Amino acid sequence: MTTSASSSDSVISEELRSFVGLESIPITYDIERHAVERFAAAIGDTSPMYSDQEAAEASSYGSLIAPPTFFRSLLPGDYPKPYPEPFAHILDGGSKYRYNEPVRVGDQITVVRKITDLFEKHGRMGTMLFKISEISYTNQLDRLVATQTTTTITYGTGEKDSGVGDH
Amino acid sequence: MAITNSETAMSNPMFEDVNVGDALPEIVKHPDTRQLVMYAGASQDFVAIHYDQNVAQEAGHPKVIIHGALKSAWLGELVTSWMGDEGRLLELDVSYRAIDFPDAVATCVGKVTDTRIVDGVGLVELEIGLRQEDGTISTPGRALVSLPTREII
Repeated sequence: MTTSASSSDSVISEELRSFVGLESIPITYDIERHAVERFAAAIGDTSPMYSDQEAAEASSYGSLIAPPTFFRSLLPGDYPKPYPEPFAHILDGGSKYRYNEPVRVGDQITVVRKITDLFEKHGRMGTMLFKISEISYTNQLDRLVATQTTTTITYGTGEKDSGVGDH
Repeated sequence: MAITNSETAMSNPMFEDVNVGDALPEIVKHPDTRQLVMYAGASQDFVAIHYDQNVAQEAGHPKVIIHGALKSAWLGELVTSWMGDEGRLLELDVSYRAIDFPDAVATCVGKVTDTRIVDGVGLVELEIGLRQEDGTISTPGRALVSLPTREII
């Protein structure tokens, strides 16, 4: 890895800093049976709670539910203004989920993301921007079903990875 | 659909039967690039380092890498299949310390680190992780679950 030429200057501009605390435009998803089934198949989880309606209805849940990380498929909406991502490459640092109740097939889940912190580190990959975001998931009864706190790391110059803006 | 791990999925442990140090049944994963494409589609995660060799190399990786969130999904399965349908997952934390690649065996491991009763609810704290073939834990984490109690507390 080459060192970034401007590693002594902060990449966190005033414009970027203004995103801390800003909420994304709420977006509401219908939790569809086949989307849940596809997600469970993709992660390789064969629990009948995600795909077998009869078994799920007979269980303590009483209905089909979504796997705990299904929230990853419910992408947050855009911020009210374009996010000025300074880097080309992205790495996921981790997630912390807090669950209040399961997500059921048929629910409507509203997603809002908020950046709670931005900081930079200098390492092997040059300057890296760390973004901590808190994402809330609220159901149709206005109950907060879960939150996910994510750490997103971006770094490097060059052609932007097409998915960098989504996270 | 075939249930390959029905024994663990249906174990439904009671709080009283769980002890600090107990190991969770391991889950062995054999990820390939097909699964990464399936996960990209199912999760709407189209970051190209997970399916485009050139983009992955430009980003500094030897080849395409496994989505961190897919690894957390496996660790979620580790916990939920162990706790059964009567348990409830309350917290799941995962940290991607090292990168994992397709076509390598990844094993989900976990153990009980604490049991306690809070407000009449039996809580079990778990240390979890994804173990690479050489024994490295690439993705450490923790989880908190509630389990049903045999006695009314």
